[in-house]
Amino acid sequence: MAATTIAIPPAEMPLAHELRGRVGMWCLIAAESAIFSIFVVAYLYYSGKSLSGPTPREVLHVPIFNSICLFSSSFTIVMAERAIARGKTRLFGIWWLFTIALGTIFILGTAREWYHLIYDEGLTISSSLFGTTFYSLVGLHAFHVIVGLTGLSIIMIFTALGVVKQEHSPRIEVFAMYWHFVDAVWVVVLTVVYFIAR
Amino acid sequence: MSNAESVLKPMVVSPAQEAAKPLFDQVHAWIVTVDHKKLGLMYIGYGILFLVIGGIEATIMRIQLAIPNNHFVSPQTFNQLFTMHGTTMVFLVGMPLLFGFANYFVPLMIGARDMAFPRLNAFSFWMSALGGIILYFSFIGASGLYGAGSAPDVGWFAYAPLTAQAFSPGHSTDYWIIGLLVSGIGSIGTSLNIVTTALCMRCPGMTLGRMPLFVWLNLVMSAMVLIVISPLTAAQIMLLIDRYLGGHFFDTQAGGSAVIWMHFFWIFGHPEVYVLIIPGFAFVSEIIPVFSRKPIFGYAIMVAATLSIGFLSLGVWAHHMFTIGMTSYANAFFTASTMAVGVPTGIKIFNWLGTMWGGKIRFTIPMMFCIAFLFQFLIAGLTGIMLAASPFDWQLGSSYFVVAHFHYVLIGGLVFTIFAALYYWYPKVTGRMWNETLGKWHFWLFLIGFHLTFDFMHIPGVLGMPRRIYTYEAGRGWEIWNLIISLGVIFQIVGILFWVVNSVWSYFKGKPAGNDPWDAWTLEWATTSPPPDYNFAKIPMVRSRRPLWDLKHPEDPDWKYE
Repeated sequence: MAATTIAIPPAEMPLAHELRGRVGMWCLIAAESAIFSIFVVAYLYYSGKSLSGPTPREVLHVPIFNSICLFSSSFTIVMAERAIARGKTRLFGIWWLFTIALGTIFILGTAREWYHLIYDEGLTISSSLFGTTFYSLVGLHAFHVIVGLTGLSIIMIFTALGVVKQEHSPRIEVFAMYWHFVDAVWVVVLTVVYFIAR
Repeated sequence: MSNAESVLKPMVVSPAQEAAKPLFDQVHAWIVTVDHKKLGLMYIGYGILFLVIGGIEATIMRIQLAIPNNHFVSPQTFNQLFTMHGTTMVFLVGMPLLFGFANYFVPLMIGARDMAFPRLNAFSFWMSALGGIILYFSFIGASGLYGAGSAPDVGWFAYAPLTAQAFSPGHSTDYWIIGLLVSGIGSIGTSLNIVTTALCMRCPGMTLGRMPLFVWLNLVMSAMVLIVISPLTAAQIMLLIDRYLGGHFFDTQAGGSAVIWMHFFWIFGHPEVYVLIIPGFAFVSEIIPVFSRKPIFGYAIMVAATLSIGFLSLGVWAHHMFTIGMTSYANAFFTASTMAVGVPTGIKIFNWLGTMWGGKIRFTIPMMFCIAFLFQFLIAGLTGIMLAASPFDWQLGSSYFVVAHFHYVLIGGLVFTIFAALYYWYPKVTGRMWNETLGKWHFWLFLIGFHLTFDFMHIPGVLGMPRRIYTYEAGRGWEIWNLIISLGVIFQIVGILFWVVNSVWSYFKGKPAGNDPWDAWTLEWATTSPPPDYNFAKIPMVRSRRPLWDLKHPEDPDWKYE
């Protein structure tokens, strides 16, 4: 800067660099939300348009236990985030393990439901329009749960190896945002599939 | 920041040392790079490569259509050509070129050393590259075991039910789906990166209100990509489920709907046009002020207009579907919303004119391309308003009038701004100036060729010539127009050859450009040409929208007035 007699105003600091993980994750969540919106719109548009049975009312039962498990995992992951922020890695590991367990129960529950629908009710992805939209939407969500569980498990392995420390807390929080998103999507999918479009 | 200079000194590698490396090491360095400038150049190179391929496809189509009853290519090949031409130009030319410029210049303009996520950046580029390779592999691979089909031939919007397994056997449509899915992942990754970079990586003092318009517009474009590419991805997943798992999304015999594919496709497809043109606006918004020697007129309004274009463009998609027979309420809504986009776009045109008004205009090559853009984009907008009126569209939908309209937008608008940008930033990227005479030849030949081709293309459209026909009978009054359209292509090709020669020749023989050949005001001109790996030895401090003006004119800085 050239020497000058004019008083130069100080430069303000913009948004901190440390926030970039969060901003990036918000962007990913925006993109993912758009994908889910299209599948939800398709589900609602096609509800009741299936030309052959079974109908949702006949075969679908609200997965209460499953949903409670998945929603609770948002709570356990918050407890884990708090633990790691205060540097309690052992407590973090326990809450993290709870989160994985709850997510796994959800996936196993979905598997059981699908097994029942396919073998007992004869509803498959190609059997009717309802089958196509149901397995696509619920399957897309289940796929995201599996991706989340994979991520959770990788972090669990690093925790068990003693690599995860307090300084990783911001990154854990960014990952937890994804898990919260997966839970939030289930609120929508649950409402649409099991309550609205029956 | 005080110790930045001393810390960064040892990183300097002289060009001589760089050139001394063996070829293998140089190629290796490009492949493993996470540097935003190298990735930006690779995006641009990738876009130009496919521009040539897509251009060859267009040329073959124009040879076929130059005279009636021509048999230069078969109908099957013609279908593949227009499908691949459209898909290539949108996904493998437009988006990579624009991402390339954003990658290269967004960090430089906001005084950052790299993007927010350099490795994600490299990943995104290679995903996009893989998508292009998958799409083009279809030319040799799509026959598969079924022995049917080659390149995709279902049109770039791949309407159902033509894409169903029964009507599109073989793997050509699958290559189209998978290629675009994969390149879509790359697009999402890059736009996520651009948004985060623009929001989180700005240098001290670079508030949102001082960000160059280039960065603002690329921020809006990237935010749009995040929400408009995903619907296409979702629809393509549905199509794959239909084709391979026996799903019924677009299967009308089982209650599915072919129209819903059109909705999903155009929910992506129309905002995509704005994704392509907004970076074009970004180039113009940087170039016109510099060559008019005035700051941009109405900075805040420009940002607001861009945001409203982005917002409105999400609600106009069904104007592509007037001819399918929607309710009159839907027709009225989409006519009104489409025309509403004309308001912020008009504001932009007036702001660029306001910037030039009373300025000391320098008629350099980039500025000439920008001025041509202003006229051509206006005409493209006017035919857009015509087509937005649904009764008019019923008459001319799917005719050559529509083809002429969107080529006017994408060539007269976008390609002209891309050439303007290529000339404007060439000295920064290569460190050398291009040849003015060759540049003028390029501009005038391309301008004449563009107008010969696309002005006259409106006429056979009005005379009733439909899109996508591979040939036509003589005696319908279309012959002379088609011949003129095809002749225009020759001028465009020769013009582009001048650009190629100019770029290559100037790279070796052009005179050194210096850091700031245009006496410009944004931060990329503050560093050397080409910029070093770390961009800025010392992170700059910004106090106004024109940091270099403040630096050059300490007695009269901008921040006193903003």
